[in-house]
Amino acid sequence: MAAAAPNNKSVIPREFSGFIAVVKQDCATCRLIKGVLAEMAGELDLLLYSQDDPQFPSSIADVRDERELELSYRHDIEIVPTLIRVEAGRESQRLVGWQRDDWRRLTAMPALGDGLPAFSPGCGSKSTEPGMPEKLAYTFGDSPLQARRIAVSGQQDEHELAFERGWTDGLPVVPPTEARVLRMLAGTPRSPADIVGAIPPDNAPCTVEKVAINAVMAGCKPEYLPVVLAAVEAACRDEFCMHGVLATTYFAAPIIIVNGPISERIGMNASHNVLGQGNRANAAIGRALQLVIRNVGGGRPGGVDRATLGQPGKLGFCFAERERDSYWESLAVERGFAPEESTVTLFAGGGVHPIGDQASRAPESLTRSLALSLRTVHHAKDYSGADALLVISPEHMRVFRQAGWSKARFRKELEAQTTVDGRAVMRGAGGIASGMPERLAEASLSKFRPGGLLIAHAGGGAGMWSAVITGWAANGPRGSVPVTVAIRI
Amino acid sequence: MMKLLDPTSEIQAAAREALPRPKSLAGKRVAMLDISKPRGDVFLDRLEQRLRRLDIETKRYQKPTFARVAPDELLQQIVSECDVVIEALAD
Repeated sequence: MAAAAPNNKSVIPREFSGFIAVVKQDCATCRLIKGVLAEMAGELDLLLYSQDDPQFPSSIADVRDERELELSYRHDIEIVPTLIRVEAGRESQRLVGWQRDDWRRLTAMPALGDGLPAFSPGCGSKSTEPGMPEKLAYTFGDSPLQARRIAVSGQQDEHELAFERGWTDGLPVVPPTEARVLRMLAGTPRSPADIVGAIPPDNAPCTVEKVAINAVMAGCKPEYLPVVLAAVEAACRDEFCMHGVLATTYFAAPIIIVNGPISERIGMNASHNVLGQGNRANAAIGRALQLVIRNVGGGRPGGVDRATLGQPGKLGFCFAERERDSYWESLAVERGFAPEESTVTLFAGGGVHPIGDQASRAPESLTRSLALSLRTVHHAKDYSGADALLVISPEHMRVFRQAGWSKARFRKELEAQTTVDGRAVMRGAGGIASGMPERLAEASLSKFRPGGLLIAHAGGGAGMWSAVITGWAANGPRGSVPVTVAIRI
Repeated sequence: MMKLLDPTSEIQAAAREALPRPKSLAGKRVAMLDISKPRGDVFLDRLEQRLRRLDIETKRYQKPTFARVAPDELLQQIVSECDVVIEALAD
């Protein structure tokens, strides 16, 4: 991990020539070679550093207290015991673990360790324990992180502080400590200072580091970070129009659909309850994007976010397409990406509207059935070219698979089923004022904008339920266009 | 002591005060901004009529789409040509 690489501030005394040994009491091999160390201390210039107990080994008078682990950090000690030969303050050779012949050769003490086994492997250095490399990196390293530090005093609760500062979406966040953010940054090879984009609505420049801080807060694991970065990148694209998606009185939120091998690799859910709660990756990735918009972009409900009602997906709305057993090419493949590429598609959508059909066994029937619900997107009399995301469940997909209907065939049939005569939906028709202008009465009207209907396969194996997620009313070039970007790992 | 990293952009300016509301429109040039929401023009037409009756100079502007922020050029044009703005926000 580049972020936590040790710097070169040596702690070996400048003119020292001799040996350095790093040990810990809590290591069977270190205890095994106590006598060896005492022998060496009698014969050679030996500086002995003990990582856990400055009284160990008791046979040596001036054991150096290495509980702070500075030497271990700065000199990359991974295993104890480690024996380092030093010439004029510089390391010339290093041995790890106990290997009698090597130790004899390096020390030029031919009888060293007589009676001990020839070999005994060492133990992990305390400086490599979980969480420790990051802690040491910011204690001793030159931190690569630029963000302002906010001290939490002894009387303060860090969770309350996050609420008071307006950092949260109403639920607690994981406190973004330096160690956690450094661990998060291990999830990407990108430099923390890289700019990901300008985050609406403030158009604030956003670094990889700021994304990582918000990803920590959202509950992400480091391996989710590339997905979050791609989602942030997509949200910054002009054509996605995140400012408008936020500012609208409509229900829209950036919905993240993940395609490609990364979704299984990081444990995303594409199956049961796919649009619901319970999967860490789905929940945390969606939330991370929203926290970036809130904290870096400055977009908050009642501020630039003017939603009349909003919807629960605004806490975060992210899921993976079920590609493993899908009969159709994935959403990303339809949008020009290769199946082995991992991508994020961002769609400005509202809430989930169920489409239940437990009777259709023929694709013609099911298509008509789905079309009937799709025709109500926004309003049953709105034919101005909507966007929507149709999530087809496995049991509905089975009907098309058994009949051999490709995705293209389905799209073609669906287009026919969602095209109407203007007269049926014009203003006043059916005794309803809302509708299309009278000048379109003679026209044939398509429900969806060309390219505006996204179709993905997801959900658990049982249940003849699909779902439609309505797009933002301001769609296409005058508003938001769905955006797909490749995930860089 | 625990230290947290600031998740915000750290660039938010301290609140900016709005300019004082003019006491009178006499001698002011009034920008009428239509954001392209339905019937915004109806609202502005009516206001413009009334302002003109008071001999107040008006000038019409339009955003290309209500869903997106106004282009910088449009904002600069309004600032350079007018003193106050009336914006027809909602439909």
